[in-house]
Amino acid sequence: MDSTITTGTEENVWGGGNRPLGASYGKLMMWFFIVSDALTFSGFLASYGFSRFKFIETWPIADQVFTHVPFVHGNFPMYYVAFMTFILIMSSVTMVLAVDAGHRMMKNRVILYMFLTIIGGAIFVGSQAWEWATFIKGDYGALETKGGRILQFVKADSGERAALADFSKTIPGERVGHEKKNGVWYYEETPLPSYSLNEVTEGFMANPNILIQTETITEEGEKTLLTREESLAKIKDAKLVVEGANLIRNEYGSRLFADFFFFITGFHGFHVFSGVMINIIIFFNIILGTYEKRGHYEMVEKVGLYWHFVDLVWVFVFTFFYLV
Amino acid sequence: MSHEHKLAIFRGTLKFKSNTQKIWGVLVFLTIVTTVEVALGITKPEVLTANTFIGMKVLNWIFIILTLVKAYYIAWDFMHLRDEKSSLRRAIVWTPIFLVSYLIFILLFEADYIYNIFKDGYVTWNF
Repeated sequence: MDSTITTGTEENVWGGGNRPLGASYGKLMMWFFIVSDALTFSGFLASYGFSRFKFIETWPIADQVFTHVPFVHGNFPMYYVAFMTFILIMSSVTMVLAVDAGHRMMKNRVILYMFLTIIGGAIFVGSQAWEWATFIKGDYGALETKGGRILQFVKADSGERAALADFSKTIPGERVGHEKKNGVWYYEETPLPSYSLNEVTEGFMANPNILIQTETITEEGEKTLLTREESLAKIKDAKLVVEGANLIRNEYGSRLFADFFFFITGFHGFHVFSGVMINIIIFFNIILGTYEKRGHYEMVEKVGLYWHFVDLVWVFVFTFFYLV
Repeated sequence: MSHEHKLAIFRGTLKFKSNTQKIWGVLVFLTIVTTVEVALGITKPEVLTANTFIGMKVLNWIFIILTLVKAYYIAWDFMHLRDEKSSLRRAIVWTPIFLVSYLIFILLFEADYIYNIFKDGYVTWNF
């Protein structure tokens, strides 16, 4: 038996030292993590697809939901998300360049590229926060019916969306929000919408230029626009004024749309955030010369894999939330 | 750690001189694909939205295919799967592809079934 412990063990499959995958332990574990995380994200996106196919006729149209660009007024569907996508791909590129410089043991280049990667990640997380804030704040406002459906308003002459403020009447003596300073017996209540249901309905009745748009998507892929008569009949179903979006109701349409938006982009945003944090740690390690002493920059490669994965997931989120 | 890189993309039709050059090349390609996606998303050409293929608009199929193309280049060149052993590559790629295709298949079928129940059944959910 002792004859087995001799030279030539590399040739022997069972002799140890065999590396079928040709990757180091750390890199392999990072790949395992990425595969399982990819399956998690796939589960989320597939369940988004499930809900969407279930309510295929009433699902919100992304172009009409994400129409804002910071500091600019107007209707710009998708430009800002496209910019965010580009930023993330760009930071992926600087990350590959950092890994490449690490292979060639050029410390200062790795520092520079890691720094650029962190900046890119920070811009992306900031953009996502802004995107969330815009989504939560809402755009035009809408009414919700007894059945939980959303009624939105459109100007008949121009075909543009009408904000609640454009036509609602201000009726004095309406209920005001109860605040803590005004009473001993204080109960928490959610903030009141800027217009009460009564004010919106009255304004709608008085203004013949306003039509109602329902959630149902027509053959042409647009939301159904009711005639004035149908609109007048429909507004009787309204129960609630909805402004902006939260986990319970949203003015853009199907409630599940907002739920999935918060959940999936939130989970992705959390990944980007933790990616930035890990990148910062590695950044300081590079500056301190940890990897220079170690003789290789494999750690940069490993966080690089994670960072590219985050980019990869965003490519899919971008498609399924904003394009399709 | 291996230092050699495979420097050709598009099945060898486009060869780069160095790894850095290849990275920039891939960036240019990904940017072009994203631009095409956004342009199609904004203009929504009539031909692509009017026609459907297996129950989905042709435009949506284009988006999904372009997304998979982007995913391929991110994984192959940025995550340098191109330089890894084929056994590692296959283990990483085919496991999710198999599981995710199955998941998508059953979930979307079930969702379509529920959609039809809502549509044809006696349940009123829009009142």
